[in-house]
Amino acid sequence: MAQNAIDKSVDTFPKFLLVNARVRGDRPAIREKDLGIWQTWAWAQVKEEVKALALGLKELGIERGDKVAIVGSNKPRLYWAMCATQSIGGIPVPVYQDAVADEMAFVLAHAGAKIAIVENQEQVDKVLSISDRLPSISHVIYDEPRGLRDYDHTRLKWMNEVQEIGRKAFASKYSGDAWEKMIAEGKGSDIAVILYTSGTTGNPKGVMLTYDSVVVSSQNANAFDNLTEKEEVIAYLPMAWVGDHIFSYAQSYVAGYTVNCPESPETIIEDRREIGTSYAFAPPRVYENLLTLTMVRMEDAGRVKRAMFNYFLKHARKWGEKILNKESVPVGARLKYWLGEILVYGPMKNRYGFTNVRVAYTAGEAIGPEIFRYYRSLGVNLKQLYGQTEAAVYITAQPDGEIYADTVGKPSPDVEIKIEPNGEVLFRSPGVFAGYYKDPEKTAETKTPDGWVKSGDAGFFDPKTGHLKIIDRAKDVGKLNDGTLFAPKYIENKLKFYPNIKEAVALGDKRDYVTVMLNIDLVSVGSWAERNNVIYGSYQELAAHPRVYQMLSEHVDEVNKSLSEEGPMAGAQIKRFLILHKELDADDGELTRTQKVRRGFITERYGPLATGLYEGAKEVGITTELTFEDGRKGNISARVKIEDMKPHAPAAPMGKAA
Amino acid sequence: MRAPDETTIKAGQTLLSVEGVSLSFGGVKAIRNVSFDIRKGEIRAIIGPNGAGKTSMLNVINGFYHPQEGQITFKGIKRKKMRPHDAATGGIARTFQNVALFKSMTTLDNIMAGRTLRMHKSFFWQLLRYGPAEQEEIEHRRKVEEIIDFLEIQHIRRVPVGRLPYGLQKRVELGRALAMEPELLLLDEPMAGMNLEEKEDMCRYVIDVNNHYGTTIALIEHDMGVVMDLANRVVVLDYGQKIADGTPDEVKANKAVIDAYLGVAH
Repeated sequence: MAQNAIDKSVDTFPKFLLVNARVRGDRPAIREKDLGIWQTWAWAQVKEEVKALALGLKELGIERGDKVAIVGSNKPRLYWAMCATQSIGGIPVPVYQDAVADEMAFVLAHAGAKIAIVENQEQVDKVLSISDRLPSISHVIYDEPRGLRDYDHTRLKWMNEVQEIGRKAFASKYSGDAWEKMIAEGKGSDIAVILYTSGTTGNPKGVMLTYDSVVVSSQNANAFDNLTEKEEVIAYLPMAWVGDHIFSYAQSYVAGYTVNCPESPETIIEDRREIGTSYAFAPPRVYENLLTLTMVRMEDAGRVKRAMFNYFLKHARKWGEKILNKESVPVGARLKYWLGEILVYGPMKNRYGFTNVRVAYTAGEAIGPEIFRYYRSLGVNLKQLYGQTEAAVYITAQPDGEIYADTVGKPSPDVEIKIEPNGEVLFRSPGVFAGYYKDPEKTAETKTPDGWVKSGDAGFFDPKTGHLKIIDRAKDVGKLNDGTLFAPKYIENKLKFYPNIKEAVALGDKRDYVTVMLNIDLVSVGSWAERNNVIYGSYQELAAHPRVYQMLSEHVDEVNKSLSEEGPMAGAQIKRFLILHKELDADDGELTRTQKVRRGFITERYGPLATGLYEGAKEVGITTELTFEDGRKGNISARVKIEDMKPHAPAAPMGKAA
Repeated sequence: MRAPDETTIKAGQTLLSVEGVSLSFGGVKAIRNVSFDIRKGEIRAIIGPNGAGKTSMLNVINGFYHPQEGQITFKGIKRKKMRPHDAATGGIARTFQNVALFKSMTTLDNIMAGRTLRMHKSFFWQLLRYGPAEQEEIEHRRKVEEIIDFLEIQHIRRVPVGRLPYGLQKRVELGRALAMEPELLLLDEPMAGMNLEEKEDMCRYVIDVNNHYGTTIALIEHDMGVVMDLANRVVVLDYGQKIADGTPDEVKANKAVIDAYLGVAH
């Protein structure tokens, strides 16, 4: 709370622990559901637990600057291990618990961890299996003793034993406040934690964050959403991920709020409902799954319930967001919304565990606008943020009342953002990382001497709202010949938002204008054809139907209109498009196995079509080889029509008044 | 009504032995003159081809069938036959080949039902669910929650077992048997009808039960691979007769066993 934020001498998390134990010693710090009951530890108790563990670790040989790996799912004692390590000057290195042994070996060896504190037998087995590659590890400490009774305990220790060692050491060789003195030696400029990012290419990089950056980020975030010691959060995302480190550890220590650890990974929905979290964070898929589950269950519900659900949901779609944004809403609509709250919205939110949510965030990837609006219409204050490990999470976030499904918000407090000519987003803030551990070369690549960090993402500020929009990975963004930014994925995603369009491939890099090749969605367009008496014999025939072309050209026109309103994207409107005569297929190498389009390969394979798109042809003939499901190959030939589009005039920025 | 000598048997000593047991149904001789023993703390497997008399043997041990000949010694007490109630109070629990749970009751209630024998307060107190009965229920609930935690079935605590997939039902059934805190646990084909992953899980739990609670386990199993990994000692039945008895390696090398499993030219 405020008094923490002001006191600049409190600059490390162990110091915050001492403050919390003093100021709010009786308030719950952390809970865990165990044997079906929520067990609670107050801040004063946590202090004692952490102290015993810290002194125990010291007895086992942890010195200032030593690394301690922490591996496991979200458990109170693993969070304590983090603070215990920090209190004696060690550096915790949380590791993804589902990492396979090889990955874990790399991280533990790279970090040079001296002790590994792990959750259970599974993790002990993993660490032991790679122990010959980890000469630096002297001890492995486990939290859950089950199944480990018969293991060789020369280098293996149960956490309770370590705490016992700590207590004995305290009684025999330390004076009353020796541990507090060790804590006082810690400085804000010390490294607080090393978080390994799971790089998509190459080995993971160890991001070093100082106490100063993590503390400032946490304080800013708490102030931004007015978080107090009364918040309840549920910790269920990997501890090695920066989001969990900030939400469930750093912000909790700074604000003094309560962190809840679920009983098991399968019980999270139930546990969240019991706790009634007030501050929530989840990647889009969590919200997506909850919604899917609801829709499936509603299909099975009785007729009356289903009718009621649909009726009030329709009302919520119309007015819910406006009410949440505190806009003026007619009294009748408010009354009906109030009734809906009692009958539908309230019970739904209760099911999701969102009854008490004041702020809920989603980040990581784009969330479907429909899903986003659904929760907001129920009255859940769902917002988006954009963050990175290198920034101690916060780069941008949406302020209350300024929520848009397709932006990631405004720069967070103390964060500066600039956009490079190639569209890449650069940021600078007190929260940025100190460097990659043992990798000055990569550090120099990412972080400029004056403190700007390259995010690797391309984006732009939406002129209408002043919010940042992330469009693509920077390396995938190209340019048209006139210098306009061309973000293929951004355009493709806008197109794929229409149910009739299954896949889209945008071309334009080093060309004069943007064109797209489309795949229709056979289910969606097929059912439209049925309703409209359009007769077709195959995908190819339906795709070439003039009325299908007309329908899709309307979609493309709408996308153009929305692009025209987006400042820098206005020049990247779609000039011409065609509908492919066959479905893109992973068997033909056109999609990856995870169903992403392979743009380069497609451009080559459909060379004549690509040429036609840029040479003004009205129709192009093409023969394509395809692979049948049984592996046989065949050819299909077609004449593919190309449709011209009229671009919209770029809309002038409307400024704040709009 | 616990046997007075219950604590006197140490690990490795004989917990239960059957001697010269024969069982017939009318003219069908299900078991013919079979003798073997189960030592405290071991995992003992009973294997054999279909119709070898494995389940009958289990039923003799827990008193469901009464053999015509032979005797059963359990914890030092010789009996002509076991009675189910004696078996249960004496510390023998079992699971069934076909899951036998209360389908419409939740996981929690099913496992709680396994505690019935351990409830000592009178029916009257339990009806009131007040005072000593409440205290007792809290203790039992704690034990049950420990089992739920042990078997990692927290997420289905309140789900009626009829709605659960088969593999999980088997786990709940194991949980109910464990709730009796048995000294000897009889498992009738615990892995039957499971996929590979479920089988591996179940093996883990069987080993953990043996390891953690020190429970002696006798199991019937079809999957030879599973048995060889799991059991300390194996007894092999064929046409109601014992044809081999020993460690998995000994049994695997036994000529009679190979013939019984692979068939033999007549």
